[in-house]
Amino acid sequence: MESAAIIDPPMITPVSSPQQQVASGSEPTAAAPERPPAFEVERLSIFYGEKKAIENVTLTIPSKMITAIIGPSGCGKSTLLRSLNRMHELVPQTRIEGKVVFAGEDIYAPHIDPVVVRRRIGMVFQKSNPFPTMSIAENVLVGLKLNGVRDRAFLRERLEQSLRMAALWDEVKNDLHKPGISLSGGQQQRLCIARAIAVEPEVLLMDEPASALDPIATAKIEELIHELSSNYTVVIVTHNMQQAGRCSDYTAFLYLGRLIEFAATTKIFTNPSERQTEDYITGRFG
Amino acid sequence: MPIAVAPERPAVRSTIDRMAPPSGLGDKVFKWFTLAMALAVVALVFLVGWQLARGSSLAIHRFGFHFLATSTWDPVAEQFGALPFIYGTAVSSLIALIIAVPLSIATAVYLTELAPLWIRQPIVSLIEMLAAIPSVILGLWGIFVMIPWLRDHPFPFLKKIFGWTPFFSGPIYGVSMLAGGIIIAVMILPIITSVSREILRSVPNLQREAAYALGATRWEVTRIAVLSYAKKGLFGAVILGLGRALGETMAVTMVIGNTPQIRASLFAPGYTLASVIANEFTEATTDVYLQALFEIGLVLFGITILANLLAQLLLKTMGSTIKSGAVQ
Amino acid sequence: MKNSHLWRKTKSALASAASFVCALLVIAPLALVFLHLLRSGASAVNWSFFTELPKPVGVAGGGMVNAIAGSFELLGLAALVGVPVGVFGGVYLAEYGTVRGNWLLRFVADVLNGVPSIIWGVVVYGLVVLRFKSFSAYAGGLALGFIMIPLIMRTTEEVLLLVPAGYREASLALGISRWKTIVHIVMKTAIKGIVTAILLALARVAGETAPLLFTAFGNRFWNHDLSEPIAALPLQIFSYAISPYDDWHRQAWAGALVLVVMIFFVNILVRFLTRERVARVL
Ligand SMILES: Nc1ncnc2c1ncn2[C@@H]1O[C@H](COP(=O)(O)OP(=O)(O)O)[C@@H](O)[C@H]1O
Ligand SMILES: [Mg+2]
Repeated sequence: MESAAIIDPPMITPVSSPQQQVASGSEPTAAAPERPPAFEVERLSIFYGEKKAIENVTLTIPSKMITAIIGPSGCGKSTLLRSLNRMHELVPQTRIEGKVVFAGEDIYAPHIDPVVVRRRIGMVFQKSNPFPTMSIAENVLVGLKLNGVRDRAFLRERLEQSLRMAALWDEVKNDLHKPGISLSGGQQQRLCIARAIAVEPEVLLMDEPASALDPIATAKIEELIHELSSNYTVVIVTHNMQQAGRCSDYTAFLYLGRLIEFAATTKIFTNPSERQTEDYITGRFG
Repeated sequence: MPIAVAPERPAVRSTIDRMAPPSGLGDKVFKWFTLAMALAVVALVFLVGWQLARGSSLAIHRFGFHFLATSTWDPVAEQFGALPFIYGTAVSSLIALIIAVPLSIATAVYLTELAPLWIRQPIVSLIEMLAAIPSVILGLWGIFVMIPWLRDHPFPFLKKIFGWTPFFSGPIYGVSMLAGGIIIAVMILPIITSVSREILRSVPNLQREAAYALGATRWEVTRIAVLSYAKKGLFGAVILGLGRALGETMAVTMVIGNTPQIRASLFAPGYTLASVIANEFTEATTDVYLQALFEIGLVLFGITILANLLAQLLLKTMGSTIKSGAVQ
Repeated sequence: MKNSHLWRKTKSALASAASFVCALLVIAPLALVFLHLLRSGASAVNWSFFTELPKPVGVAGGGMVNAIAGSFELLGLAALVGVPVGVFGGVYLAEYGTVRGNWLLRFVADVLNGVPSIIWGVVVYGLVVLRFKSFSAYAGGLALGFIMIPLIMRTTEEVLLLVPAGYREASLALGISRWKTIVHIVMKTAIKGIVTAILLALARVAGETAPLLFTAFGNRFWNHDLSEPIAALPLQIFSYAISPYDDWHRQAWAGALVLVVMIFFVNILVRFLTRERVARVL
């Protein structure tokens, strides 16, 4: 059996902060953002059996920024997102055409091990899903422990770091041994974020991470996402346009499986190029 | 927007480098291991068929199809014909079905359609407990409680009324084909009831609502909308019960009388395929005798496999998820 | 019109009443058997029943301690066969395989589940007893283990399928391999259900007699070697029930009561476990 290939480490280049960039009023196009890209999706089509859920999507997702994917329900947002870390292929009878290049390599190339891809590209789901048999601490560390990390000092350090990054540390530091599912809904979702970042991925994919939460919990998650973007590339799916407008740098608008428009969020929301985008933004459909 | 002041990010590779490099080996080994375990059920079917065929090859050669068609069972003279056992198995199972099918299906209907909600779960639990009673204990009860009672009350009564037919004539011993059929009926009541209940529960509510909308009464809804919809599945439940009846061993052995004969009277003792194996296997002193018993096992295996194949096909193609393993 | 409506209503009520009577008839045997077990068994269950070996023919008293112990030994041996095969086979059905292939495997398992238990006795006799020229605890355990396999496999599959797909996805998304996800996340989440499946299967085979008749065979004394015949509670009940001695009949009732109480205890325990599990999954 061929040994699983490890994708090359990403280029870590010091870059200007996203805020500056957006504030400067530059209007990057889909093809040429101003930073080294995290993903280059090339002519991607995704099928469920015979059904085409994503059709010929090409886009470049910038690194260390927040990219939102918006569109009406059923347009293929989750499908596209899940194709970025090969979670999509867990659905039986699916097929993919085209390329998803991450850090210079096609993650669908035959020699790439999906396990490695997923270690580097983490995911947070719509429904918070802490493991019910595990405590808060075990939930955070499960990705490390089951992947063979034994160093206790390091684990302790990651535990605190991850929970701090997920803005949960102060709330749970005295309850680390309580079950993860004893937390409130919003806390559970932040626990899931902590669990995802404990393995230190380079990208966080989030599929409507706040859609099941109340407004206060949602605000917390949005703030958290914003802070995470200084360290991580974040791709967030949302059907809530205000949310996309509030917390993303770039926005992709999907409609019926096609990418209609991809541009800086300010541009999408103030001056979209496409008629369909405008209709959607202004609530004329969807 | 608040500007994030994140600490200097630790070297990107440090955490991932601490992890064990992924190897597909664990996944492969685990998958093949579980596949092998799952395939055990297929292997077991072949193992049973092969063992039974091997154990009876001599008898099959020696007696051929004659074995199934002759009724002399005389180990001393090495004469072996399985007909009395086939007859006994068929008749006792038939009696059991005649008693158990209406009772179980009516109970299943009661539990899913007609009973007040609060009473359903207690009855279901009681039926599950009945299913959990071992065959040998039912047989014990059969010997010491059921047989004496049958002999003293229902049997004479039946004889008085139906004594003119060949089926209820002749002397009453107590142990009899009829007693065997009754005890088998008790054994298969729970399985037919619980499988039928699952089937009735799988009938879509739309069916019922449509009938109710037409002003049908509860019973009419059940008869028109539910029962006719579930016919195929209920038939499957009955065949599943038949499969169990054919192979039921201990309780029958204890009450049927164990006499290899073919009598029209249900008061006469009989013998079944399963009970002759249970009774005579350890006594089989000669090779041919043992071989003949193996062949009886082969016949029993064949007919129960057929019944179960048919039952599972009926149940599975009606699209409901039946767990026949849930009940004995 | 009114009249026919009344008639239809009456018919509906009659059907309800008739089916209620049927339900009573179905549970009547349970009540009758249990009553007689209590009446005839309770008086015969005493201290020596649990501590003494069977007495020789004609001597009153004695107990079934060897048969009780033998039953547990047989169940232990059966579990060695039935649990790994059943549980991991169930894992395959729930987690791997193709829709069609798994349909077929389930089908075969369900058909296998309908094989009469006496047949397992015959098969193991040919497989083990003839080969090693001796009845043995091993043979009895193997026969019971075979019976457990399809039972455990199907219930394990069901409880694993109750584990929400979200947990599998969350684990895989952390870069945890498939098999570790199954063992450490899915099976761990469903552990109560799996234990339930095993307990139910053990309770089911604990009362089996037919497959032990010519494998374990029975033994009036202690078994000191698993390759020798061994006593079992159901076997002892059977041989005492068909014996001509009143004292043995009493002991058969006592044994039956003990066996039924143990089986019911497991069934009730299981119901308790499942209730909690279902509550937690929801
Ligand atoms: N497992 C699946 N099998 C078949 N079709 C699917 C599956 N998941 C999603 N789809 C279809 O793919 C399309 C896109 O779905 P999805 O990506 O979930 O949309 P969104 O996340 O934008 O609501 C929908 O039309 C949906 O019906
Ligand atoms: Mg979605």
